[in-house]
Amino acid sequence: MTETVEQHPLSKYLRAAMMPHIWCAGCGNGIILNAFVHALDELQINLDKLVVVSGIGCIGRAAGYINVDSFHTTHGRPIAFATGVKLANSELEVVVISGDGDLFAIGGNHFIHAARRNIGIKVICANNFNYGMTGGQVGPTTPLDAFTTTTPYGNIEHPFNLVHLAAAAGATYVARWTTLHVRMLTMSIKKLLQRKGFSFIEVISPCPEIYGRHNKMRTGLEMMEWFKKASVISNFSDPAKAEITPERIVIGEFVDIQKPTYEELLHNKMAQIMKGEGE
Amino acid sequence: MMKSVEQKTLALNGNEAVAYAVKQSDVDVVAAYPITPQTIIVERFSEYVANGEVETAFVCTESEHSALTACLAASLTGARTFTASASAGLALMHEMLFVTSGCRAPVVMAIANRALSAPINIHGDQSDTMAQRDSGWIQIYAENAQEVYDSIIQAFRIAEHPDVLLPAMVCLDGFQLSHSVENVNVLPDEVVKKFVGVRQYPMVLTHEGKMVPLKLDPENPMTMGPLAFPNYYFEFKRQQEEAMKVALRVIREVHDEYAKISGRSYGDGLLDSYFLEDAEIAIVCLGSTAGTVKTVVDELRAEGIKAGLLRMRTFRPLPVDGIKKVLGHVKAVAVMDKSMSFGGFGGAVFHEVRHALYDLDKKPFVVNYIYGLGGRDTSPMQIRGIYNDLQEILAKGRVETPVKYVGLRE
Repeated sequence: MTETVEQHPLSKYLRAAMMPHIWCAGCGNGIILNAFVHALDELQINLDKLVVVSGIGCIGRAAGYINVDSFHTTHGRPIAFATGVKLANSELEVVVISGDGDLFAIGGNHFIHAARRNIGIKVICANNFNYGMTGGQVGPTTPLDAFTTTTPYGNIEHPFNLVHLAAAAGATYVARWTTLHVRMLTMSIKKLLQRKGFSFIEVISPCPEIYGRHNKMRTGLEMMEWFKKASVISNFSDPAKAEITPERIVIGEFVDIQKPTYEELLHNKMAQIMKGEGE
Repeated sequence: MMKSVEQKTLALNGNEAVAYAVKQSDVDVVAAYPITPQTIIVERFSEYVANGEVETAFVCTESEHSALTACLAASLTGARTFTASASAGLALMHEMLFVTSGCRAPVVMAIANRALSAPINIHGDQSDTMAQRDSGWIQIYAENAQEVYDSIIQAFRIAEHPDVLLPAMVCLDGFQLSHSVENVNVLPDEVVKKFVGVRQYPMVLTHEGKMVPLKLDPENPMTMGPLAFPNYYFEFKRQQEEAMKVALRVIREVHDEYAKISGRSYGDGLLDSYFLEDAEIAIVCLGSTAGTVKTVVDELRAEGIKAGLLRMRTFRPLPVDGIKKVLGHVKAVAVMDKSMSFGGFGGAVFHEVRHALYDLDKKPFVVNYIYGLGGRDTSPMQIRGIYNDLQEILAKGRVETPVKYVGLRE
């Protein structure tokens, strides 16, 4: 007996009117959004209390595709925007889904300060090693020697190690996965959603059309084969040593600690002052 | 058309025309950050850098704010500098635009005009550069890819002129110009190199009593951008205004000199008039829209209607005397604005043109048409509608709606 279903069981999480999406064949953004939606479903997250904020870049469209309250900010500003949302109503679950160029170049300052003050927002970064949407320019995560439209003879800038940066800046949950590691990624997103403090997941994502084609990985499959061949899971190892090279991509969870969040400290301080204890 | 120098014809879009002109202009430092629809400029230029075709230090910075800051600093050391941006990128530069003009750093920047957020829109309108009209930058708006190429080369000469020393932006309509391929005649490399020349510096007296070139140089130390409180600040600003006045002359001179070499001219370099001499009704606009308007003017002229066009090539400095001269005799003028000044009386170009005509004894009717926001197309039929409105105003002898919108659902 076959059963006919009218709708995909997860379709309530997406805005059907926004489909088809703009992402290229072989892009990893769909996998990330899929893992995020599965995590929401498995945790039965109250969608009325969820806000998704994105910035500029291909993955920035996620805020428009997901069927919850969302905002698509200008370039680099999703964390600053999310900070405002969280401060105005700290009961809301505020998730930033954006790219490496948006979060770590033009918006880099927001990232380190949100992590430092431990405001309870959750950041998922699709790292595709370049500015995909604007045509594949060199960015803050482009590996040394990689080819991009602005580095036609190879990149001479040292890239950020995002998990090391996040850990050093004070994030309370830090993980890195690739889009090949869908189940780990989904489990990790569930953890991210359950943590109170500033939490960060980097997802290494294939960009065959814009990045891969310049770097001998012309298809999504070839990029995934690189992830498969090179990925090494090394949970709670030193994030400073979590390298991304052609031979080795260190993935896993790196930080999972607890400390008071900014909004907790803020509300406690305010309560103290209101009671006259702050004098 | 005279053609003093043998030229190659290349198929270039507006962005590539910019990159090609910058390549030929002997630029020392380029710092930039990607933003649509400008990205092709920097991509092409980075290829020139990587191929060793230019002797330029190039850096892809982490934001537009940093890109202009790096260009400013390089310019103050005496380097010739270039960057490019658009929309939110230009808006993010806002702080540094004023620092650049205030430091009298002759940075040249190409802007592929694009709408501002929110809502997000990547298409062409002039909200981004109009929002920066008071930033102390020269603003030149090009009509086609050829003029983009010519204007970039001229911009270095204008900006670096020792009597001007102001940053300059060359504006090209996003997508209409930035991404449309046209035939572009390019000058030989050595002709451009000779035309732009080596950057000249005015001589200034240092605190040590020495006359030295105005640039940061460890041999002749000086401070740039220092504090200037109420006792000095005002004079700095007045000097910037004076430089803008000088720029009116220099833009014309550089334009005329370039015309002799290239065989190409754009009015007097400030204002480009089309059938205005005997026009009774006229449109004023900036940028690529002029191409559409000229087509309509041709049709109207064929029907015996005395229609004309004034394309303002230079918006900053504003050629006030020229505007009075070429529009003074026209009976009704429609000014087209591709941006809005919310809560004001029409758009920025309307303000300026109407304002310039105020002192005339016999003033034309001047009305405003806001059009093309967020990249909305403006058809020849709509332009014809504007000329029809002007005829109606003349027939009735009065203006009923001074500010109107073209192609808008209301």
